[in-house]
Amino acid sequence: MQSYLYFPGCSLRTVAKDFDASAKASARALGFELKEMQGWLCCGAVFTNTTENLITQAGPNRILGRAQAEGSTLVTLCAGCYNVLRRTSQQAERSQVKQDQINTFNEERYNGGVSVLHFLEILRDKVGFDKIEQAVKTPLQGLPVGAYYGCLLLRPYREMKLDDPHRPSILEKLLVSLGATAIDYPSRTECCGSYLGVGSPEKVEPLSSGIIQSARSCGAKILAVSCPLCKYNLEVCQSPGTSTNSDFLPVVYFTQLLGLALGLDPEQLELNSQQLHAIHGRVQTAVENVSQQ
Amino acid sequence: MKRVGVFVCHCGLNIAGMIDIKQVVERASKHPDVAYAADHKYLCSEPGQALIKDAIRQHNLDAVVVAACSPAMHEVTFKNLMQTAGLNRHQCEIANIREQCSWVHDDSTTATSKAHIAVHQSVEKVKLDEPLDPITVPVTRRVLVIGAGIAGIRAALDVANSGYQVYLVEKTGSIGGRMAQLSETFPTLDCSICILGPLMVEVYRNPNIKLLRLSQVEEVKGYIGNFKVKVRQEPQYVDVTKCNSCGECTKVCPAEVANEFDSGLTWRKAIYIPFAQAVPPAYVLDAKSCLGLLPRACGECKKACDKLGMSCINLDAAPEVHELEVGAIISATGYELYDATKLSEYGFGMYPNVMTSLEFERMLSASGPTSGLIRRPSDGRIPREVVFIQCAGQREPETALPYCSKICCMYTARHAMMFHHKVPDGQAYIFYMDIRAGGKGYEEFVKRCQEEKGLLYLRGRVAKVYEEGDKLLVKGVDTLSGKTVEIRADLVVLAVGMVPSQGSRQLANVLKTSLDANGFFAEAHPKLRPLESPTSGIFLAGAGQAPKDIPDTVAQASGAASKALNLVSNPTLEREPTVARVNDQFCSGCGICIPACPYEALSLNANTKTAEVAEAVCEGCGTCVASCPSGALSLRNMTDLQLLAMITTAVSSR
Repeated sequence: MQSYLYFPGCSLRTVAKDFDASAKASARALGFELKEMQGWLCCGAVFTNTTENLITQAGPNRILGRAQAEGSTLVTLCAGCYNVLRRTSQQAERSQVKQDQINTFNEERYNGGVSVLHFLEILRDKVGFDKIEQAVKTPLQGLPVGAYYGCLLLRPYREMKLDDPHRPSILEKLLVSLGATAIDYPSRTECCGSYLGVGSPEKVEPLSSGIIQSARSCGAKILAVSCPLCKYNLEVCQSPGTSTNSDFLPVVYFTQLLGLALGLDPEQLELNSQQLHAIHGRVQTAVENVSQQ
Repeated sequence: MKRVGVFVCHCGLNIAGMIDIKQVVERASKHPDVAYAADHKYLCSEPGQALIKDAIRQHNLDAVVVAACSPAMHEVTFKNLMQTAGLNRHQCEIANIREQCSWVHDDSTTATSKAHIAVHQSVEKVKLDEPLDPITVPVTRRVLVIGAGIAGIRAALDVANSGYQVYLVEKTGSIGGRMAQLSETFPTLDCSICILGPLMVEVYRNPNIKLLRLSQVEEVKGYIGNFKVKVRQEPQYVDVTKCNSCGECTKVCPAEVANEFDSGLTWRKAIYIPFAQAVPPAYVLDAKSCLGLLPRACGECKKACDKLGMSCINLDAAPEVHELEVGAIISATGYELYDATKLSEYGFGMYPNVMTSLEFERMLSASGPTSGLIRRPSDGRIPREVVFIQCAGQREPETALPYCSKICCMYTARHAMMFHHKVPDGQAYIFYMDIRAGGKGYEEFVKRCQEEKGLLYLRGRVAKVYEEGDKLLVKGVDTLSGKTVEIRADLVVLAVGMVPSQGSRQLANVLKTSLDANGFFAEAHPKLRPLESPTSGIFLAGAGQAPKDIPDTVAQASGAASKALNLVSNPTLEREPTVARVNDQFCSGCGICIPACPYEALSLNANTKTAEVAEAVCEGCGTCVASCPSGALSLRNMTDLQLLAMITTAVSSR
C-alpha cells in the first residue's frame, strides 16, 4: 500500500482526534496510508511566521530536518501546521543565510528538499477527484455543504499556491465528487478570528458569526473545514447565549464527510449525533441501509 | 610608432572620490608610447575638451585615450573632438573608469590599480587602431507606420505633411484604434470620435499616405535607411473603392458574433462596418465568423450586393503580400486591457454586473450598445449604486501587473462624473490607492469630481466582490478612517490595467527589436532616447511603448515622426565603419559565418567562393568573427591582435 509521511500536529492529538481518525480511515479506504513521522513536535503555530525572529522558526525547521530522514514529502491535515511547514520549507529554499543561522542552532540541519503537502493535495493530485467519485459508496445525496477555507490554507498565495486565494474550489470539487452540493457563500475565505479567541473573544464573535450567517443565508446545512481552530471558533460563536441552538450549523472536518461517502462507519469517523442529524437524515439513512446489508 | 595622449577625468568626485587620479596620470606618462598625460575635473566640458585639443597640437599626438565615464555617454563627444583637432575619429579610445571602476569599488587602492590597467589596455588598443572613414549608404525616403490608432494616425500625418510617402499598416478593418471606442476624453470632456474623426478622414484623403487595412507586417529585412518589408493583407472581400456603405449585405448575413468594438456587449454580423465613422468607409467580411467561404456555405451578402448592381463583394478574394521599401519604421501598436477574469477577487466573468472600464466606456458612448444610457448587463435596469475600483490588477507585482497604467485615475473620475450626470440620484463610490493626476488640468478635473455630490472617494482596496441576490456585495477598506466598508452595489466597474497589444512580441521579433520586462517596446534610452527603439531606424509611439494618455501619445507620435523625418530627409546616411572584414586568403568558403550573422550581412561571393560582408548591414557585433574556424574574419579596430595586446597588459600589470 502506498504510504505518505504524515505530520499530525498537537491539535490532532487532543481536540481534533476526529480529524486524525477520519483522515487515516479515509486514506486506507482510498488505498494509501498516512505514516506518522518519527519525533514530530509542535510546529510553533501562527507565531512562527509573524516575526522575523529566527528562533521562532527553529521548531518547524527541526521538524523538516527530521522528516527528511524518512522521505521527501510530508503530508499535513491541520491548516495551521500546513501553513507553517509549507512556508518554512519555501523559506528554506529562498535564503541560505537565514538557513545557516537556523542550522547553527538546530541539531537537525535542514537545507530544503522536503515538499510539504496538504491532504487535499494528495486527494486532488495523487488520487484524483474522479477516482474518489468512483470509490464513493454512499453519496452525500445533494447535502448542501459550505466549504470553509479561512486564511491559512490559501494565504499567502506566493508560498501556499494550493488554490486561487480569492475564489478557491478545491474543497468544493471534493465535496461534489462525494455527491454533496457545494454552497458558494461570500465569507468562505474570511478570517474566523484565530487565536484572538483566547484573549479577546468579543473580537472573534462578530467575525465567526458573520461566517456562519453568510453560509446559512446561502443555504448551507453544514460546514466542512480543515482547521481545528476555525472549527472551535465557528462552534463557540454559536453556543447558547450567542444564538439559539435550534439553528446551530454543525461544523465537521472535510475528512469526516469523505469517510462517510466512502462508506465508513460514522463512529469510526467520530461524528457525533448532532452532526449526523444535520447531515439531514438523508445520508444517515443511507448509511444505516449499508450497515444493515 | 604612435604618440599617444592620455587624459584622465575626475568627473567631479564621481571618479576622483575613489581613484587616485594623480597616480593614474603619473603611471600612464611612464608608458613608452605615451607622449603626454594630463587630468581635468570635467573633460567633457569646453575647457576640458580644449585641453585635449591643445595637447594634440602641442605634443603632436597621433592618438588619444580618454579615461572617463562609459563610452555610451561621451564616446561621440571625444570622437568628434578628434576630427576638429585634425585626427581621424577612430584614433580615440575610452577607458571606462567610472561605471566599471570608481562606482563599483569601495577600496581606493584596488580601484586605482584597476583604472591604471584600464588606461594601459586602451593605450595598447589605440596603438593598433587604424584610421577609418564612415560608410555612406543611400536612404529610401519613405516611412512605414505600424498601427493606426491615434499614435499611428498622428505620426503618419506628420510625415506625409512634410512631403514624404507613408505606408500605414492597420490590423483591423478601420483606423482609429482605442480612441475611436472612447466616449469622452479627460479632462476637457471632448467627444472622442469628434476630435479623432477629422484626423481619420485626413489620413484617408492624404495622397502621401497609402493605407493598408486588415494587414500585418510579416517580415522586415535590411537596416536603417533601407528596410525591405513584407506586409500580408487579408483578402479584401469587400472592394473599398466600390462600397458605398449601404449596409444591405449586413441585413442578410446570418452569422452573428460578439462585437469587439463594443467590447463584446453587442453582436455584429460576419459582414459588418467596424463603426459608423470607420475609415476606409467600407464593410469588412470577417472570414472567421462567416458561415463558409470555401466551400461556399451562404453567399447571401454577395447576392444582396449584386442585386443592387454594386458588385463590391468578391468572395474568392485572396490574401495579398505587399513588398515595401522604406527608410524608417514607426511602431505604434497600442494596448489592450489586462484579462480581468484573472482577477478572481472581483468576480469578472462570473457576475454580469461586474464590467471593465472599457465596457463602461462603450455604455457611455452615444453610439454604444445602450445609446449612452447606463444599464446593468444582467437586467437592463439603471444602476443607482456603482462602485469603481481603480488599480484593478495593477501595482500588484506578485499576482498581476507590477506597474501603474497612468490613465485610470483620470478616466475613472470622468466615468464617475458621467454616471452622476446621467443618474443624478445615483451614488458612485471610487476605491483608489492614491490619485495620480499629473497633467495639465488633471488635478483640477479630479478635484471637481471629488467635490461633486454623489461621488464618494474611498482610499483603500476592495478585498472581494460577491453576488448577493441581485446586488453585488463589495467588501473593501477605507484606510483613512481605518474601517472596513461593505457596499451593496448595482454595478461594479474595474479600472483594469493596460497591457501591450497581442502580437507585440511577434512584431518585436520581426523588427529585431526588444521588449521590456512587461512586454512593452523597449526604448533606446529611457530618458534621452524615448522615441527610438534599440534597433536603428525603428521609432516608437503610443501605448505600445508604455501606458500613456492621448496628449502624451500624440506628442510622442509627432516626436517619432520628426525622428523618422530626420532620417529620410537626407539622401544618404553615415554608418560606423567598425564592421567585420574578410581576409580572402584565409577564407575557405565554409559558410559557417553566414547563418551566425543575426543581421544577414554575410554571403558567399559566387566568383571568389569566399565570404563577403555587406558593410552597410553589418552592426559590428563580432558573432561571425567568433564563428570563423580559420580566423579569416576580423572586426575593424577590435582585432585579435588588439584583444591579445589588451589581455597581455591586463595580466602582466598585476
